[in-house]
Amino acid sequence: MMNNKNDIIIMDHGSGGRLSQELVQNVFVKNFGQNQSGPMTDSALLNISSTKIAMTTDSYVVQPIFFPGGNIGKLAVCGTVNDLSVVGATPLYLSCGFIIEEGLLISDLEQIVKTMADEAKKSGVKIVTGDTKVVERGSCDKLFINTSGIGVLNENCAHIASGSNIKSGDKIIINGPIADHGMAVISIRNGLEVESSLESDCASLNKMIAKTLKYSKDIRFMRDATRGGLATVLCECVEDKPFGIQLYEDSIPRNETVQGVCELLGFDPLYVANEGKVVMIVSTELSGKILEIMKRDPLGKDASIIGEVSASNEGLVVVETEVGGKRLLSMLTGGQLPRIC
Amino acid sequence: MKYINEYRDKKLVYALSEEIKKVSKKAVRFMEVCGGHTVSIHKFGLKSLLPETITLLSGPGCPVCVSSQQYINKAIAYSRLEDVIITSFGDLLRVPGTSSTLAKEKAKGGDIRVVYSPIDALRIARLHPEKKVIFLGIGFETTAPCIAASIKQASIEGLANYFVYSTHKVMPPAMTAIITEGILIDGYICPGHVSAITGSSIYDLYPKKFKVGAVIAGFEPVDLLQSILMLVKQIENDNPMVEIQYKRAVKQKGNEKAMQLLNEIFTLRDDVWRGLGVLIKSGLGISKKYEKFDAEKMIQVTEEPSFENPGCICGDILKGLKTPNECPLFRKVCTPVNPIGACMVSNEGACGAYFKYAV
Repeated sequence: MMNNKNDIIIMDHGSGGRLSQELVQNVFVKNFGQNQSGPMTDSALLNISSTKIAMTTDSYVVQPIFFPGGNIGKLAVCGTVNDLSVVGATPLYLSCGFIIEEGLLISDLEQIVKTMADEAKKSGVKIVTGDTKVVERGSCDKLFINTSGIGVLNENCAHIASGSNIKSGDKIIINGPIADHGMAVISIRNGLEVESSLESDCASLNKMIAKTLKYSKDIRFMRDATRGGLATVLCECVEDKPFGIQLYEDSIPRNETVQGVCELLGFDPLYVANEGKVVMIVSTELSGKILEIMKRDPLGKDASIIGEVSASNEGLVVVETEVGGKRLLSMLTGGQLPRIC
Repeated sequence: MKYINEYRDKKLVYALSEEIKKVSKKAVRFMEVCGGHTVSIHKFGLKSLLPETITLLSGPGCPVCVSSQQYINKAIAYSRLEDVIITSFGDLLRVPGTSSTLAKEKAKGGDIRVVYSPIDALRIARLHPEKKVIFLGIGFETTAPCIAASIKQASIEGLANYFVYSTHKVMPPAMTAIITEGILIDGYICPGHVSAITGSSIYDLYPKKFKVGAVIAGFEPVDLLQSILMLVKQIENDNPMVEIQYKRAVKQKGNEKAMQLLNEIFTLRDDVWRGLGVLIKSGLGISKKYEKFDAEKMIQVTEEPSFENPGCICGDILKGLKTPNECPLFRKVCTPVNPIGACMVSNEGACGAYFKYAV
């Protein structure tokens, strides 16, 4: 069945019968491996030696399913690993649910599943349970994936998710250039023929984050800057809080090609999605060392301090623009639209 | 980025800002006509670099904002026809019609596609000969030549299923109307890309007849500050005139080839501007020779009657009489998620820019 490159998913692959079994064996078990409790039990049985568990779920519907720098499967693993990591947890196990549109090439599915297995291995998590559904043409767009993940919360990290320890004067760090993922996907979307060498930044950040947490648990706040971009993370961080953020636009790392495509299409990179970027808030005293640790990691080599927490401008993000002007940064409302003149 | 970074140079911006502060003595009001300028001014925080003597007003140069609600209603009516594909620039999708938007019609199953260029719309027309493909032609002299070229190309190819629903407008009648309505301005920051097509002579009457300065400006911070400095000097020296700051794109004669195409495909007609009413010879309709590509002539629909929220002051904002902060609906009822007026919808609308960037 796997020998023909043109084989496609048909409704029978979701029927629970022989074709379903073949698909599970030849694509999923082949790549993800067998769970110790056996591949066909209804639940995975796990040993976890902690009572502080972090759990998250995310659904991935990116279109197109293959894009420069990754595919929907890589995104589904990295995204969930990162969501666990940024609350100060060590990610351990993932589940994955596949909703497949009939007609998808089985070779494409296998390539995606293989990428997921590779990425899981790289980031040290196990994919332990899954589900497959096949839907009629038009009921979904080629392939949707849901991954849920669990991890154990590290000692003394419970404050990180809420940012309850943030103080004025703290520094804001990002691990590299913004907007790479969003612009890589947009640039190859149908009808938008922008040729460029853009690549998604899609990556699992857990190992880099672990290095910083190993140095100090006093990281005040972490969030991965995905949909809505860097701007959204910062706006959410100050909402209804007794402090503000001062952002220095010219300190924000940016890839020149991405910047160019943003200019051309009228996108503001501050609002464009990332898939391998974490925003950290740390005390001034720690900031130098944390930056140094990040910079030693390939995923943080372009890390930079981009702003600071201020006692003034409560609840607001004030940007010193690249030319020295001042303006407010607000939450993205609606999608970013291409401009017309 | 070559040709952009040079115009965002922090030192140069600082020097221009200091020079403006030094030269500017009289209190002046300048209007940036173009929505692209409004966005740049806010995005780069340029108002914070100007002295209190200078007030900047946003003008009627956002094509989405000045389009009538009737236009949106009719586009919606077209989108409800079985055999029609609507192609449009993205900004138009969220503009409220009387009871719907193109975005809602799309969600309900209307075949409405966002394109970046009418050339993409032509491609869709070639791929779907069984459908009527209507391009929503909106914009000023900047955008219109490109749409004219698409009609010309459709004519050459004999494409029988490509149509344009035009609400193209030309800039000068609106700029004149603003002055004749008695709105006090000392200088126009003139739209750079409109001028790249038309040349600079369309602005000659403002200094000559009305003593209003006119500087054709580029869109980067250095461009805008330099243009403001040029206008300040004109006013301080009591010598209003037409000057080109955006010399790397604008020639005095403009783009003669584009103008020729514009004149071949379109004819001037009276048109409705939101806030300004009907302005004589301010719109571009499709000429008789090319009427088989004119959606209005070839495809009949009945649209919903218009109804504007009486609280919305988009009209006064477009004329520079009021700022968005003076609108009772601004930020409360009217937000980019729930726009009441078109000025809130467009990226280039004054309300949208104030909402997103204003400190």
